Amino acid sequence: MTIRYRKERLDRGIKVRTEDIFALSSYKEILYLVLPRALPVLFLLIFPLLKGLVGLYWEKVLIITCITALLALSWDLLASVGLISLGQALFFGAGAYLTGYLNHSFGWPPLVTIPLGTLGGALFCTLFLLPVLRIRGVYFAIVTLTLPLLLVRVIEATKILGGTEGLSGLSRLSENIWVELYIPVLALFLCLFGFRRLINMDYGLVLQGIRDNDLAVMSGAINIHKFKAQAVFIAALAGAFPGAFMTHYYQFVGMPAFALDFSILPLTCAVLGGVGNFAGPLLGAFILVPLSEILRAFGTLRVVFYSAILIVCVVGLPEGIFHYLERKYHQFERLVKVA
Amino acid sequence: MGNRAVLEVDKVSRSFGGVVAVWEVSFHLQEGELLGIIGPNGSGKTTLVNLLTGFVKPDSGKVIYLGKNITGKMPYKIAELGIARTFQMAKPFYKLPAFKNLIIPLYSPRVKKLRGGRYGKRDDVAIDLLEEVGFERDSFVPYKMASNLPHGYVKRLELARCLSLRPDLIILDELFSGMSMSEVASTLPIIERLNGEGLSIIMIEHRLRELFRLATRVMVLNFGRKIADGPPDEVMESDAVKAAYLGTEHDE
Amino acid sequence: MISYIIIYGLVNSVTLALIAIGFSLTFGISGVANFAYGGFYLLSGYLTWMLLNYLKLPLVLAVFLTVGIVALIGFLTYWVILLRVRGIPLSEVIATFALGVGILELFRWAGFVTYEFTLPIFIKGGIEIAGVPLDYQRLFIIGIGLALVIFLYIFTHHTRIGLSFRGIAQNEHTAISLGIESDWTAALSLSLGSAMAGLAAIAILPLGIISINVGYDVLLIAVAIGIVGGLESVPGILVASLILGYAQVITGLYLSPEWMMVVYLAAIVIVLAIKPSGLFGKFKQLEERV
Repeated sequence: MTIRYRKERLDRGIKVRTEDIFALSSYKEILYLVLPRALPVLFLLIFPLLKGLVGLYWEKVLIITCITALLALSWDLLASVGLISLGQALFFGAGAYLTGYLNHSFGWPPLVTIPLGTLGGALFCTLFLLPVLRIRGVYFAIVTLTLPLLLVRVIEATKILGGTEGLSGLSRLSENIWVELYIPVLALFLCLFGFRRLINMDYGLVLQGIRDNDLAVMSGAINIHKFKAQAVFIAALAGAFPGAFMTHYYQFVGMPAFALDFSILPLTCAVLGGVGNFAGPLLGAFILVPLSEILRAFGTLRVVFYSAILIVCVVGLPEGIFHYLERKYHQFERLVKVA
Repeated sequence: MGNRAVLEVDKVSRSFGGVVAVWEVSFHLQEGELLGIIGPNGSGKTTLVNLLTGFVKPDSGKVIYLGKNITGKMPYKIAELGIARTFQMAKPFYKLPAFKNLIIPLYSPRVKKLRGGRYGKRDDVAIDLLEEVGFERDSFVPYKMASNLPHGYVKRLELARCLSLRPDLIILDELFSGMSMSEVASTLPIIERLNGEGLSIIMIEHRLRELFRLATRVMVLNFGRKIADGPPDEVMESDAVKAAYLGTEHDE
Repeated sequence: MISYIIIYGLVNSVTLALIAIGFSLTFGISGVANFAYGGFYLLSGYLTWMLLNYLKLPLVLAVFLTVGIVALIGFLTYWVILLRVRGIPLSEVIATFALGVGILELFRWAGFVTYEFTLPIFIKGGIEIAGVPLDYQRLFIIGIGLALVIFLYIFTHHTRIGLSFRGIAQNEHTAISLGIESDWTAALSLSLGSAMAGLAAIAILPLGIISINVGYDVLLIAVAIGIVGGLESVPGILVASLILGYAQVITGLYLSPEWMMVVYLAAIVIVLAIKPSGLFGKFKQLEERV
């Protein structure tokens, strides 16, 4: 008679009763919980300091990672309320161009243009997207996809905002390299922890309710359009800031600000990492951006690679890497003899 | 029972493409009344509820609630005014524990207004509400994921979600469907109590025996039209109603 | 001048309609927004090119093969990818979007970008109508467009498959209970839409060179016209194509050719502000799910 096994999955001993209550009784257990959360934070804080060791190139990669992660977080917030954005580039470009314009035309310093660019860009995008919020879900994806593509062509055609050449010679963000390195990191922390707090509060429950069953939410006397608009605005802020920052980092803004890359890469990071809990997109960004730098020689093939990842993840691993890892971490599996 | 009419419905009609779902239905509801709406499948009962609660806009007709014209308003505005409803296909927020399902209506402006802006933690209020529909606070039920609850519990959860709005009128769309006899037996007294406390209730039901224990008045729909309106025993005697449910005799 | 506007406006409108109909059809029938539409369009162009230049096939054969292959690819896209994620809007959208971008960027990487890539014009030469020169290719486009509209009308009103399409589009549950299979219909709608993309590509691409940007432009056009006319409504597409087609020609004539793109943006902004579901669109958020 053959002995057969089945896989048994048990929660580790310290998980008690619900998802988020743990019983801790030793430093080792505290470390077990704290470490996964502390590690990325420490890494982000310390890595810039290693500038001398690692070289400026990798520090730049860190900045791009933070920027992409911000866009991915913004995407995830929209996904948490049920809106699928195929055009993060819209937010990025809006923030970038507004900032560039303010600096170029009025000469205002980055300290002023970046916040204004972020705010103004976010406002602009939210207003554009307001009418779409009332219609069937797919329309949001369609409009966010279309708008960046259209805006690029309009800029190219009408030659406003610098046309095909863009606006160059903009002010440098700061002479201090530490500022340039730490601002994205801090912005990332702000968004990451801010969004997680938001989602875990009752406000976040309402947002998720809108995603899961908006009819029921409406019958609960909640104006879903107002909440969706708020979510879009907050996500737009998180998406416009990277654009505003990069304008002054590169001291240039042009049509590439609306490029498809800014829509696809954050999307891939979020889907690969795991949609819904904001740590997933962060993980995805940390994996994909350095990978993309290493594979730079492959050029456009990288985008094909992202597309393949997207399809595979969406069909085969919808929960994303983060949830998979979380499951492995919080539970242990063993083979048990079937009696 | 109060004297004023809570709801006045005046000749509402709605068609979808070529199909007439509801045709010139008029009725009214007194404060504190429990009205049953019955009729064969496809007679337009759920569409009527959707028309009253704003999920579908009527082609013609008026809906007046507490003297205010609410015809065609957005569902959340109507809920804000005090009408709560359940859905025939009960869809809780599956990924949330039972008590968190109630947090969302507690977040609405109406609840904020009613409780004067401060009501302690919503979690506590939610647990209290679950007790009102018969789930004891010490049981496992409030904390169980909604997807793990049996169907009858889910329907009671729907009722609790209604009540979290502190409504003046609730419309229950086939609350008892899918419930076992014992579940119905435990839910009936809850509804009786709510009605006794002054809540106006409209119930759409197929389970007539249970409904007639609760309702003092019953309205019958067939093919979108109202064919009877009155006390249950009168209505069930009427020929039109019998024909609708059982069909007429054909002389061979 | 007027006759120029009338004739070239018509050509432009029919061109836009040819491009937009495939996307609309798929969306209207099965609710699947095929974001890979631009990719399929370009794929058809390259496929025809390869059949003509590598296999040296005659034009007619290449056309039939291409349309058939692209229709098959559309069909398979549903069965292999979309079937598994049907009903989850997030996954559906991302899957087709990724597919489209993947196809387009793959071609870009593989180097299909030089000017050699052109499709032959069907018949060279042209005629003159009311003093306006018009080449045969453009005349062909108008002809194909009209034929397509007539075909679609007959198809959806008088054949079994076509009627089942309309049934599903109107009320999925009822249609299913009558024996119309939702998955087959969705797959067929995807292949029909892709076939239209192929047809449009073969008719229109000869007017210029095949370039990767065309793929993105086509998606942009299909979507813009869809937004203006109502994504699921074929009459809406036709009307929107007429409006935008003529608006573009007039703008191109009196302002400058570059401003033609601005027409799209302006149209979308106006439509979104006034009637977001489009001219003939019926989708409001609440009604189609209660």
